[in-house]
Parts: sequence; C-alpha cells; structure tokens
Amino acid sequence: MSLKRPAKEQPENFEFNSSSLDMANKIIAKYPKGKQQSAVMALLYIAQRQNKNWIPLAAMKYIAKILDMPYIKVYEVATFYSMYNLSPVGKFFVQVCTTTPCMIRGANKLVEACKEKISENEYELSPDKSCSWMEVECLGACVNAPMMQINDEYYEDLNKEKTLEILDKILKGDTPKPGSYRGRVNNEPENNRKTLMELKNA
Amino acid sequence: MLNDKDRIFQNLYNDLGSDIISAQKRGDWVNTKEIISKGRDWIINEVKESQLRGRGGAGFPTGLKWSFAPKEVGSRPHYLVINADESEPGTCKDRDILRFEPHKLIEGCLIASYAVQAHVCYIYIRGEYFVDGQKLQAAIDDAYEKKLIGKNASGTGWDLDIYIHYGAGAYICGEETALLESIEGNKGQPRLKPPFPALIGLYGCPTIINNVETIAVVPTILRRGGKWFASLGREKNTGTKIFCISGNVNSPCNVEEEMNIPLKELIEVHAGGVVGGWDNLQAVIPGGSSMPLIPKEKCETLTMDFDSLVAEKSGLGTAGVVVINKDQDIIKCMARIARFYKHESCGQCTPCREGSGWMWRMLERMAKGEASKDEIEMLGDVTKQIEGHTICAFGEGSSWPVQGLLRHFKDEIKKRNKFDPIIKENKNIPYLVDQHLLDKNA
Repeated sequence: MSLKRPAKEQPENFEFNSSSLDMANKIIAKYPKGKQQSAVMALLYIAQRQNKNWIPLAAMKYIAKILDMPYIKVYEVATFYSMYNLSPVGKFFVQVCTTTPCMIRGANKLVEACKEKISENEYELSPDKSCSWMEVECLGACVNAPMMQINDEYYEDLNKEKTLEILDKILKGDTPKPGSYRGRVNNEPENNRKTLMELKNA
Repeated sequence: MLNDKDRIFQNLYNDLGSDIISAQKRGDWVNTKEIISKGRDWIINEVKESQLRGRGGAGFPTGLKWSFAPKEVGSRPHYLVINADESEPGTCKDRDILRFEPHKLIEGCLIASYAVQAHVCYIYIRGEYFVDGQKLQAAIDDAYEKKLIGKNASGTGWDLDIYIHYGAGAYICGEETALLESIEGNKGQPRLKPPFPALIGLYGCPTIINNVETIAVVPTILRRGGKWFASLGREKNTGTKIFCISGNVNSPCNVEEEMNIPLKELIEVHAGGVVGGWDNLQAVIPGGSSMPLIPKEKCETLTMDFDSLVAEKSGLGTAGVVVINKDQDIIKCMARIARFYKHESCGQCTPCREGSGWMWRMLERMAKGEASKDEIEMLGDVTKQIEGHTICAFGEGSSWPVQGLLRHFKDEIKKRNKFDPIIKENKNIPYLVDQHLLDKNA
C-alpha cells in the first residue's frame, strides 16, 4: 500500500468553476439515478485539473456535498488511488516508470536526469516551483520502455540525453511533443517488421 | 507465422487510421444487424464453438461466462463492463486496441451487450490512459452519430449506451470485483466470491465483465465463424493473441500471433532476438509480472498457450513477455516486481498487505547478499502463507513470481547469501529473544 498525506497548507474554500460544473453534471448523468456516488472518482479528477494538479481537502468536502455522500468516503477514495495528488506537484508533473520492464532497459537513467534537472528528491518542487517528479509503477507502455508520463502525455523510447532535453523544455514552460523519441511508429518492431507488410507499404 | 489475412487487428500499428470510415473499410460494422438478428443463442453458441478464452489473464471460457447471465431480465437491469484497467507490468496490448481499433471494441460491446441483455456498458479505463481514453470517447461519439449505438443501435432494435469510467492508478482495480467497487465510487477492494458478478455485480445487478481484447475479437469471430477461430492454435487454446514482447530484446513490439506459437520464434523472429544473442538469455516472464519466470533451458522448446505454460508451472496470463538477459541481476528484477506488489496491495487481507512487504524487503536484502541462508526457505514459506489465503488472486499474483525465482534460481540466491544466522553460533546471549532456538541447536 502506498502512504499518502494531505498537504499542510490548505485553501479555505473550493468550488467548481462553471466549466468544471458542466463537466461534473455530464458525468453524474452517466450513472443510474441514486448512484451518483459513482461519479466521485471523475469529480476528484476534475477538481485536480481545476486546482493546478492537486486536490485540497476543501474540494473533497465540496464533492461530498454535491454527491450527497459522507466526506470520509470521498477522503477514502482520494487517499486510496495513487493518481490523486493531495499536495502541490507543479504545473508539469513528471512520472517515471521504474517497474521491471522499464528498469531492465535503463529507467534509472531517467531518474538520474530528473534528479539533476528538477529536484534531488521525489515529490519536491523544482526551484521555480513549476515541476516535480516521482517514480511510479507500471504505466502500461512496456514495449516502449523506458518511458515517462508528463501530465497526460506519454514520452517513450527514452534515454538519458533525450530525457534531459525534454526536461529542459518543460522547465522553460514548453510542452514537448509526446510519443516515441527514437522515431518509431507506435508499437511496431523497429526495423524488423515482419507482419502486415502489405498495409505498411500500401 | 500466422497468415496476414488471419490477423484480427489489421490496424495494430495504425497504418490505416482508427477513424470510423477506415474502420468500416476494414470490415467493422458491416453486417452487425445481420449478426444480431441471428439471435442470442446463436451468438453464444458460436463463441462457445470458437473456444475463445478470456484474454485478461485467467483464461476463462467467454461463451460459458456469457451463458451465466440470467436468461430473463428481472427487476434488476443487466450490465456489461469492459475491463481496460491494464496495469500488469509487461502488458500494453489493450492500449493499442483503445487507440487504433476502437470500433472493434465498440462493435464487440454491442454484440456482447445484446447476448447478455445489457442496455448499459461501462468501459473501465486506467486513469493513466487518459489520452487513449479520449480517442475511444471520440470513436464512441462517432458511433452514436452514425446511430451504430444508442437507441435502436445499428437498426437492431436494441438500445445500448456506452460510458467510459476512468480509474485513478490502482492495479487492483483490474480484479473484476474491485473494478465494480471502483465504479460504484468506493475504494477498489475486491469482494468475496460467491456471489459471482454474473448474478450480483454492479449495483447488485447481474454483470458480465470481459477484457478489452476478448470483446474486440468477438465481431470477427462471428463474421468468420467460430470454426475458423477454433482452427487456429490448438484444442482449448484457440485463436490469435496479441503478444507484448518487452525487456532485453532488439526490437520490443506488440504482435498478433497464433496461440501455441513457440516462444523462441516470438523472440527471434518478431522481436529481433535477445540483446547479446540467444545464449545471453537468462529467463523469460511469459505472461505479465504475476506469472513465474521460466529459465533459458525451457525457453528453447516452450510454446505459448494457456495449458502448455501451466504444465511448466507458469501461465500465459496477459501474454506480456518480459525477456531478461544475463546482463541483468535476476534477484533485483524480482525484488522490483515484489516492490510493485507491495505498492499495489489494496490492504484488505492481512497476509497480502503484510506479506508483500516482507517479500520485497527480503528480496532486496538477498539481492545485496545481506540475507542469511535460512531466510531462503523462510521466503518460500512466506509465499505459501500468502497464496490461497486472500480474498482475490492478488495473493497468488504477488507470491508466484517469488516462487518462480526460488524454483529456478535458488542456487544463485544461495551463492550470494551464505552466512549463518547468529543463532547458530551458540553465543549463549541471555537476552536473545530467540533463546529457545539456541537450546534446540545446542
């Protein structure tokens, strides 16, 4: 199990802005009447997006009120799932996969790059407070290992140099191009394709 | 090698485009109405005849699972839930289906929903696949617009709504009852079975849960016939499967191949061989991290299907093949997998919650040579205490890889960890907690 602690400094109030509220209502409508609690995960996610990538306690109380459920149940969900950040993580949130398939292809080099460029420790904001990084478990792009995720996008087939380049870009405030950084097309075997050749050459 | 025309996922590498028009050109949605008009029993029988087994790991016969849904819809509606919470290390096949072949999945949802009499289908996608989920959502919107799903879907008279539910980074939500808990807005902690979800599932209603790949192959099976699918592979292990080959190979890739393909062919032909040559191979994890590893000697002749891997005390699982060569420290690799399980345990059952941490810490010490030689047996004992003593299969999933390591690489661990525990040295320390053991050994 992973341990999660809410941030010490919490804002007093939280409310959805109008676009978040629209989105929330659409999501609640997906579930049967009386089962609005199902929307709690999505609503937490919306709150996280609205509040610079992290969820304050006030947002949990607010969501509990909207969904008519006890605050503690929202808190339970927010602390159980690893993608909810309960403390500030910066505008660019870098997650490096270090599970075995990535590890054996050199994920530790990516971690080194993050330590050099962003901060010495995980969860720590960079000096300009724009980025933070952490090691995560398998992100499900094992054939493109080693890889990392920045906000929503996947950056695949990396090595240390490429990672440093990407981190330089985000530290300047740019969003680098996602996808493979060895120029390969999706998940096809690099320079070794043996199947569906007619389609490739078509 | 499988003939290209027998590959179900023609767009696995996105040569053709994933939009609805390209998908229709490839044959999706062509005669959906005709298929559905043949009726529920025909669909389920055809799937049974194809001997399709679930692609999510356990390999349960799909036709049989569908036939568990109550024949009559009572006061409680039926649900279909698609498990796209792909988090098993070594596996990345569902992601490609979500982003490149979404219409195969959506059409499969319609057919399966009709077969199990569900009007609502939830697709549970892991939160990290947000971008791929957006692509699927766009495909769903297209399908609604063309009236392929929604009210009177594809002109069949059947109503179907498909909704996406995003997870938020919990491996355990790939377990079917934990997934249901998660959709209901709770912590993802598995439920006791029975009752099975087919009778009491989502919101207490009958629910059928299938993996993405399982559902996505159904339309093609029905078009080309269960017999065609059953003619591929071998008895009870039929059809094609997407294999994900990762780790120390020259060109890691996803590839759709026939069941029962030799592992060596998969690695040498499709993945460009092991880094450093075949002789540099150390071990292979054949089916995602939960499955015990297989040492090189057995890889020569191994074929990849459910039953032949079970015979080797491993399993096909999700068919995520992780190749580990001799440049890697095998104990460290397994210690990292143990850390994964320690991180992902939901904390509901004590043996798993505590035991996964024990295994991780012991393996970390063993990798450094800091464990005593007694601890090797003790580690085996810990895995046995977890396996079979938990609500869900996570207990097995976390202890099997460690058991595999102990089965095949015990000598390596012994070589590195040989010192005797202090207890054997008979120092007669009066305040030693394990005093009683000293007496026995004296």
